[in-house]
Amino acid sequence: MIRKTVANAQEALEGIEDDMTLMLGGFGLCGIPENAIAELVRRNVTGLTCISNNAGVDDFGLGLLLQKRQIRKMISSYVGENDEFERQMLSGELEVELTPQGTLAEKCRAAQAGIPAFFTPAGFGTEVAEGKETREFEGKMYVMEKAYQADFAFVKAWKGDEAGNLIFRGTARNFNPCMCGAAQITVAEVEELVPAGALPPNEIHVPGIFVRRIFQGVNYEKRIEQRTVRSK
Amino acid sequence: MLDKQGIAKRIAREVKDGFYVNLGIGIPTLVANYVREDIEVEFQSENGVLGMGPFPFEGEEDPDIINAGKQTITTLPGASFFDSATSFAMIRGQHVDLTILGAMEVSDNGDIANWKIPGKMVKGMGGAMDLVASADNIIVAMMHTNKAGESKLLESCTLPLTGVQCVRKIVTNLAVLEVTEKGFLLLERAPGVSVEEIRSATKGRLVVPEEVPEMPV
Repeated sequence: MIRKTVANAQEALEGIEDDMTLMLGGFGLCGIPENAIAELVRRNVTGLTCISNNAGVDDFGLGLLLQKRQIRKMISSYVGENDEFERQMLSGELEVELTPQGTLAEKCRAAQAGIPAFFTPAGFGTEVAEGKETREFEGKMYVMEKAYQADFAFVKAWKGDEAGNLIFRGTARNFNPCMCGAAQITVAEVEELVPAGALPPNEIHVPGIFVRRIFQGVNYEKRIEQRTVRSK
Repeated sequence: MLDKQGIAKRIAREVKDGFYVNLGIGIPTLVANYVREDIEVEFQSENGVLGMGPFPFEGEEDPDIINAGKQTITTLPGASFFDSATSFAMIRGQHVDLTILGAMEVSDNGDIANWKIPGKMVKGMGGAMDLVASADNIIVAMMHTNKAGESKLLESCTLPLTGVQCVRKIVTNLAVLEVTEKGFLLLERAPGVSVEEIRSATKGRLVVPEEVPEMPV
């Protein structure tokens, strides 16, 4: 067994520097690497390019990094829940690259799988395709999209073991599995870190080979963005 | 004239037995409330769930179980969770049978714009571009005119496009229309709405057959 465990977020972010490109899992505030984000804030690294489906809310998730102007560029599919984000974008302080959600996921997966580029129909005929190669296959038009290149990927799982194997829970899975192994160093934080052998091999969602460092997260807030209920 | 619930109710009639359906945010979300109970349908949400159920009861919300609108949801028997790449494999790979989404503008050749108003609103396209580029069966749910009273059914879209030549059918508060080579084919009128009212609220090419039945609601 190859051990991937590190003591905490501080150790897990060893090597992080200004101007790096990061991938961060999560959909809205669901399944985001809360501990890694807190450590990025503590270290005050700046000039970051963040690949993440969303940009958090004003006072949580990536919103915390935006507040402190640590992010130079966001690559996301949807950024609608964050006033500070909108202000920085409209004033030109923050560079934003909007990418169709499925393309964003596939650009991560391609990086993970060693595929430099792929063709997708998403965005053909729109401004997303501007400056990109397009090609016809079987009578339909496609846009060439390239795999991302990132320094760190920060993901959050429900359970993980010392070997870096991960299991996710519910829709907190989202972009996390696609980002594992898609950057130079993948850091996984988990709600429950268990010894190797404690997770059934049949139920592993992401094999440990895609994870470089794993640690037991602390103080998960798991904030709900839109609490919607029905009456009994 | 229909309200939002009425539009959702009419679209629910397009949902057939055995369909996997992706519902967009807004009016499309309401469609789930009106699908016939004697047919089997599964709702997909692109953040990674198939077999979406109703909202949870108070106290039973789970932060790990949400839909693409970030709302807390429940799952039904037979549901599954998956990652985002797999989710869009379902969408791009045309395994989802029906996509219902909102729009700011639709053109009479089936182009759709719903993600950006330059200088005003830039929230992003989310999964909409992947959905409209891939789905075979796309229904747009929207009001016929915008808040300023201007037609949202145009000859060509003025806003940045989400996808080209992809919309099949449109259900508005006034009418049901199909996109054809000759423009919007008027299929049904909303209760109490005349062909003339629809004509004056439609800027794109409109094809009006001799008989335009009132829609069954």
